Amino acid sequence: MSIHDDLPRHLTAAYPDTPDHLHRLRERLAAAARADGILDIAYRTVDSPVGPLLLAATDIGLVRVAYQREGHDTVLQTLAERISPRILLAPARLDTTVRELEEYFAGTRTAFDLPLDWRLSAGFRASVLHRLPDIGYGHTASYAAVAALAGNPRAVRAVGTACATNPLPVVVPCHRVVRSDGSLGGYLGGVEAKRALLTLEDAA
Amino acid sequence: MTSTQPFETVVEQHGATVLRVCRAVLGPADADDAWSETFLAAMRAYPDLAAGANVEAWLVTIAHRKAIDVVRAAGRRAVPTDRLPDTPAPPAPDGPDPDLAAAVTRLPHRQRQAVAYHYLAGLPHGEVAAILGGSTDAARRAAADGIAALRRTYPPATTRKGDLR
Repeated sequence: MSIHDDLPRHLTAAYPDTPDHLHRLRERLAAAARADGILDIAYRTVDSPVGPLLLAATDIGLVRVAYQREGHDTVLQTLAERISPRILLAPARLDTTVRELEEYFAGTRTAFDLPLDWRLSAGFRASVLHRLPDIGYGHTASYAAVAALAGNPRAVRAVGTACATNPLPVVVPCHRVVRSDGSLGGYLGGVEAKRALLTLEDAA
Repeated sequence: MTSTQPFETVVEQHGATVLRVCRAVLGPADADDAWSETFLAAMRAYPDLAAGANVEAWLVTIAHRKAIDVVRAAGRRAVPTDRLPDTPAPPAPDGPDPDLAAAVTRLPHRQRQAVAYHYLAGLPHGEVAAILGGSTDAARRAAADGIAALRRTYPPATTRKGDLR
């Protein structure tokens, strides 16, 4: 009956949400965390011709590029579990990555010059991924050829698995690995994304 | 097992509430510093937070300590105490006070904290007691006394300030 019965509710209203103010505080937190060396993973998203990409970097380098179909929240959760939960939306660390991606998608960049943090891949998969930049811009290689490049010509299926679990797609060009018969094969970003990237590289 | 949710999610879910708590306990001028210090300290300790911990209570506990630090750093009280100074706010207007936030800053520190932690952060009185020290009943009483004091100044109450203790 009385407004006083609602006093606790009015109390919350007495401190109204201030999204802009909070946004500035969060930016300040990201900068302070980075300066204190506790920002283990910085991330942001960026729009691209193959959909929004999640970019995440440690202080070593770019550690993850993720397509939307992988589920950005799921990817961040996995990063929290496998590397560290000290993760913030903090675009500054990814400025160079974003610029190089923009140049790549504009057709003016044919190779990435970025520090990479490879810790999400290990063993034979890692050695496969390390060979992929050898496949030049605008070229493709078969799964079998990549298996040979990685030192195990019979591990064709493992090459497929390595590409399907590439933590750094686009930058580490698993999209250039295709079937021996010339068909595209699968792609973790979807076959349309694979086609789009190969088309972009052919046209450049 | 430890916490694994990305810290960004913690900031997203609790940032606004913790800012309200800081504003209520410290007033607007020092709230930003307390908020920043709270989340920076929380992020530092976050990998060791137990899975299933009450994250809001954990954050409010840190905010409680940081609020004390901020007040100390501001040099307003050189007294070595774990308590906040009482009534740093301007005097109440003569009559009903529509500015509830200002009225909160005029509450005695323990009532102010109990009101903020229970009514703004939504912590049960037991959790508030764990933060403030003392019994659950004492925390409940402090929150009730604080609300009662606010009712005396918040419209449409007509009680004048002179009637407040």
